[in-house]
Amino acid sequence: MARATTKTRKAVVTIAAWMIGLTIFFPILWTILTSFKTEGQAINDPPLFFFFDWTLENYAIVQERSNYMRFLWNSIIIAGGSTVLGIIIAVPAAWSMAFVPSKRTKDILLWMLSTKMLPAVGVLYPIYLMFIKLGLLDTRIGLVIVLMLINMPIIVWMLYTYFREIPAEILEAARMDGASLRSEILYVLTPMAIPGIASTLLLNFILAWNEAFWTLNLTAAKAAPLTAFIASYSSPEGLFFAKLSAASTMAIAPILILGWFSQKQLVRGLTFGAVK
Amino acid sequence: MGQIVLNKVQKKFDDVEVIPPLDLTIEDGEFAVFVGPSGCGKSTLLRLIAGLEDVTSGSIQINGRESSDIPPAKRGLSMVFQSYALYPHMSVRKNIAFPLRMAKLDKAEIKSRVENAAAVLNLTDYLDRRPGQLSGGQRQRVAIGRAIVREPSAFLFDEPLSNLDAALRVGMRLEISELHKRLDTTMVYVTHDQVEAMTMADKIVVLNAGVIEQVGSPLDLYHNPKNTFVAGFIGSPKMNLMTGEVAEKAGAQTLGVRPEHIAVSDSAGEWSGVVGVSEHLGSDSFFHIHETGLAETITVRADGEVNFKHGDQIFLTPRTDMMHKFDGGGNRIV
Repeated sequence: MARATTKTRKAVVTIAAWMIGLTIFFPILWTILTSFKTEGQAINDPPLFFFFDWTLENYAIVQERSNYMRFLWNSIIIAGGSTVLGIIIAVPAAWSMAFVPSKRTKDILLWMLSTKMLPAVGVLYPIYLMFIKLGLLDTRIGLVIVLMLINMPIIVWMLYTYFREIPAEILEAARMDGASLRSEILYVLTPMAIPGIASTLLLNFILAWNEAFWTLNLTAAKAAPLTAFIASYSSPEGLFFAKLSAASTMAIAPILILGWFSQKQLVRGLTFGAVK
Repeated sequence: MGQIVLNKVQKKFDDVEVIPPLDLTIEDGEFAVFVGPSGCGKSTLLRLIAGLEDVTSGSIQINGRESSDIPPAKRGLSMVFQSYALYPHMSVRKNIAFPLRMAKLDKAEIKSRVENAAAVLNLTDYLDRRPGQLSGGQRQRVAIGRAIVREPSAFLFDEPLSNLDAALRVGMRLEISELHKRLDTTMVYVTHDQVEAMTMADKIVVLNAGVIEQVGSPLDLYHNPKNTFVAGFIGSPKMNLMTGEVAEKAGAQTLGVRPEHIAVSDSAGEWSGVVGVSEHLGSDSFFHIHETGLAETITVRADGEVNFKHGDQIFLTPRTDMMHKFDGGGNRIV
């Protein structure tokens, strides 16, 4: 029996969905609101929602005190570089696992995923020491490599799932048509997997953008991305909520805008393969 | 040009032997059909010839050249897949041109060959469409177009018509047969449909559990099936196979007679039975006869005008010159 969709039911479900959505979004909304308050209004009790003196003072101070553009540029290079490099390495890896699986393929996939279960701090020491030895500390290339490796399991898993959806017969047809392995991946597999590759790119860009543990621990000044920019406002001079909020808003704005415009692609990417 | 010779070709998946060592020769220009029930290894055998699977042992020669270690692209063969396997992101033109692009032919040559193939297959108006915008029959034609532009030494077809509806299937069957006559190139065709095998083949290879049961022309297989498997598989409706007294009297373990070789009458005949289900095709009528004491059901083919009702008592007379005798092992007694 089909479920009855009465008007009341629809209204209730809609309201419930909005409530949940707003609850999840509330911290971000609050951060954005606070960034437009004065420090005094930010800690006002009771909290002020919309009726306060809106000001851009915090943004001006933040921009004056630190070079936002340099952090932004570092974030773009690190998130973009690690994602692109990761995809270039993961495409052939996912190809082989999806189309020429061996008895161990499942094990390798699970092993790759299991590395994500290890607390990152567990390998901080060795990686930190290696970075010192190799002179990679506080360099963009160092962070590109670390973030690429950290996100590699997710990239491979996502691509593997997409590739599994592509009928093997089409790749066999390409082989019969005289395509070399390189042409097969370049002209047939990749164009067919573009939606999947695009959502993998997006999701990993966001993950790398938001990554704070490694970016905070392995950078100081030169290669510091926006995560370090936010962190620099958190403690030393006591709690300046309004300025901290302004810094946070500036840090998340680019990725929020990117996410907003690509939400269709992201949702499709995350639910791909769930329903045949 | 397109002779294919299999010599003791064997295929194992892990420890499971799907094709025991097997010999087969397909002559140049021949239309060979591999037919058998699903899971008999016919597709695997085709994929071994294509190079999409590696042989476990034995050799495959194409055009007299040892090919078992050559990658599929270098064997000079074209393949048409059951799912068509068109490139969904390319237009029809680019699909057909793909093998030529891979062979690095110059642009003018590619253009003329693609247009030629499109004209032959009535695809000229669809060249700029994507496969998703075509009907099943048109997609199949594109797949064939992609196969013919390469001018291969042999074509391989893997159940190419099974995704089409019945009417289209008959049409495409004729088109492929005509294509074979025109190109005069070796074709190896896999199907589970014995009607396709009978109508298209120069040579039928009947496979069962990876083993070749019989190789021969369609009529050879029809008239002289080597064993009960081939007898039951070739011909529609199936040959009636009877055991017991009637077979023993003829000096055999199993006696076979085709539905079209039994005469029906309402008054007199050698055997008698009761009419069960009748199937009227217009041109012919098939009657399934029970209670004959020979086999559970005897199928009879009669003229389209003949009309018996369910439960009618009728009499059957087989043509003794058209009976097939098989021994205890199911092999033909000559």
